[in-house]
Amino acid sequence: MDKRDLVLDVKNLVVRYETEDGIVKAVNGLNLQIERGKAIGLVGETGAGKTTTALSLLRLIPKPPGVEECDHMFLDGLDMLSLSVKELEKVRGKDISMIFQDPMTALNPVLTVGDQIAESIFLHEDVSYAEARKRAIEMLEVVGIPGERANEYPHQFSGGMKQRVVIAIALACHPKLLIADEPTTALDVTIQAQVLDLMKNLRKHYKTSLIMITHDLGIVAEICDEVAVMYSGNIVERGTLEDVFNKTKHPYTEGLFNSLPNINDRKAMLTPIKGLMPDPTNIPVGCPFHPRCPYMGEDCKQPQWERAISDTHFVRCSAYDRTGFRIEREER
Amino acid sequence: MVGEKWKYSADELKEYKKRSMAKEVWRNYKKSPSAMLGLVILVVIITLAIVAQVIFDYDEDIVQQNIMNRLQKPSAEHIFGTDQYGRDIFARILYGAKYSLSVGIVSVAISCFIGSTLGLIAGYYGGRLENIILRTCEVFVGIPSVLLGIAIMAAFGQSIVVLMLAIGLVYVPMFARTARAAVLPVRDQEYIEAAKVSGVSDFRIIFTHVLPNSMSPIIVQVTMGVANGILTASQLSFLGLGIPVPAPEWGAMLSSGREFIRDYSYLTFFPGLAIMITVLAFNLMGDGLRDALDPKLKQ
Repeated sequence: MDKRDLVLDVKNLVVRYETEDGIVKAVNGLNLQIERGKAIGLVGETGAGKTTTALSLLRLIPKPPGVEECDHMFLDGLDMLSLSVKELEKVRGKDISMIFQDPMTALNPVLTVGDQIAESIFLHEDVSYAEARKRAIEMLEVVGIPGERANEYPHQFSGGMKQRVVIAIALACHPKLLIADEPTTALDVTIQAQVLDLMKNLRKHYKTSLIMITHDLGIVAEICDEVAVMYSGNIVERGTLEDVFNKTKHPYTEGLFNSLPNINDRKAMLTPIKGLMPDPTNIPVGCPFHPRCPYMGEDCKQPQWERAISDTHFVRCSAYDRTGFRIEREER
Repeated sequence: MVGEKWKYSADELKEYKKRSMAKEVWRNYKKSPSAMLGLVILVVIITLAIVAQVIFDYDEDIVQQNIMNRLQKPSAEHIFGTDQYGRDIFARILYGAKYSLSVGIVSVAISCFIGSTLGLIAGYYGGRLENIILRTCEVFVGIPSVLLGIAIMAAFGQSIVVLMLAIGLVYVPMFARTARAAVLPVRDQEYIEAAKVSGVSDFRIIFTHVLPNSMSPIIVQVTMGVANGILTASQLSFLGLGIPVPAPEWGAMLSSGREFIRDYSYLTFFPGLAIMITVLAFNLMGDGLRDALDPKLKQ
């Protein structure tokens, strides 16, 4: 039995969408564990199943066409799979919360920002609406927006301020787990830094665990304790920042790093990963990465499982069963 | 406080002027002369209808017959002339405004409430529920509105309350379809998803998040609907199925003046004009509101 203090424990999560055009396998047997107060970065290309994973943790996959299967899903000891719709409504926003990618569309244009923050507090805490409004104003101040602007509408705010409002809504009830779905992609670089800094501070302040969904490895390095690299609906490598960034094991992770410009060697050519992410309706047998992988061998077409490199570092690659296998990055 | 570090300066805050949604709409609405004309006409009609309640006595001025004065041509004493029973048409038309307006408004309130609720539910949940609601509505749309009105009036008897209910029910499908169409683009917005993530119940999402965002077409439909309701009420009264005589309902006045149309056309002309002007006013307002609420026209 796991002795760690886990906020989230998901085992063997499968999500697929059964449409008329075929079955879209979005998430395929994903395992995810997060310790209390820790931040994990969920990294991967577009279509790797990151957002589907997030929605599934909130039990918000539209059904039909979505189909979910899972061995177990515990949120701070609470069995999320057994909850009724009413019970889930109590958990969402209170224990688990989410920040969306685009603050322009994540706020309701006809409600004042104060009301939008207050709604969450009013629904989850045993307080009057006036009290909820008061706490909403405090929350606005916490994210650096003057309280007197609570009566204004989202269109009166700039993009960065809107994202702060979204953060204020998400953190209003001090959730145990916060999922941030590419929270800075829609913002320009200077505002990105501000918002990231704010999130980092608030997370420490409220001791909230965080799943940071992103494709920006820089953000992960900045804000996370652990990294999980997703490919085609599964985590192919996970470990601490040190493990994944400096002791990279999976060929896909290596490919990701090679696609980034290197600040120490400005003349170096970028080496992107060849090919495209497999079509989720038609995922290759065995390791989904094998058609693009430079180390491909016959064993890659067999079903894959996770191998422990150390106590914290796991990789889903059968090549490590070959004697003396190393990826290029490690040899440098 | 954590946020202290990123406080915005006073200058940065100044540029955002306070501007509420209602003010914005009114600003756009004012720009259209025809919409303003509609509003002015409506205000005048409502004022006259209220004044008529005060200055005219129902028994003496409106329904009491005075055979000596019958069928008088319009003159200084009787501006619109008198009808076959010697009643002053001007007084009857002013007094009758309250029937047309109240039937139009109350029936639309009924159909708007029932229809919008059905449309919101159909649009938000989709799937089988949507199919059932929409197909049922289509069946009712297939029946001509006057015919359906006649059927309801015949079944439940003649009174102003039944008339309001009948017209209200006739226009339910129209509102259901408008509301459903308005919900569809809102339903898939990220802020609805965000509300779900915050643990807001479906019921609350529909009424506090979806409804305010799909309001515009419904508001326009309401103004247009009042015009339609007034017309349908007049039609039913014309057929003798509306508000019972001798109440000065415009449609009923048209109907009773019909026999005299060759020699005394003013008996039908003035009630007809009253109906036309009122309906026109509501339609002009509806058009103006539609343009004012259209976000694409915002400058």
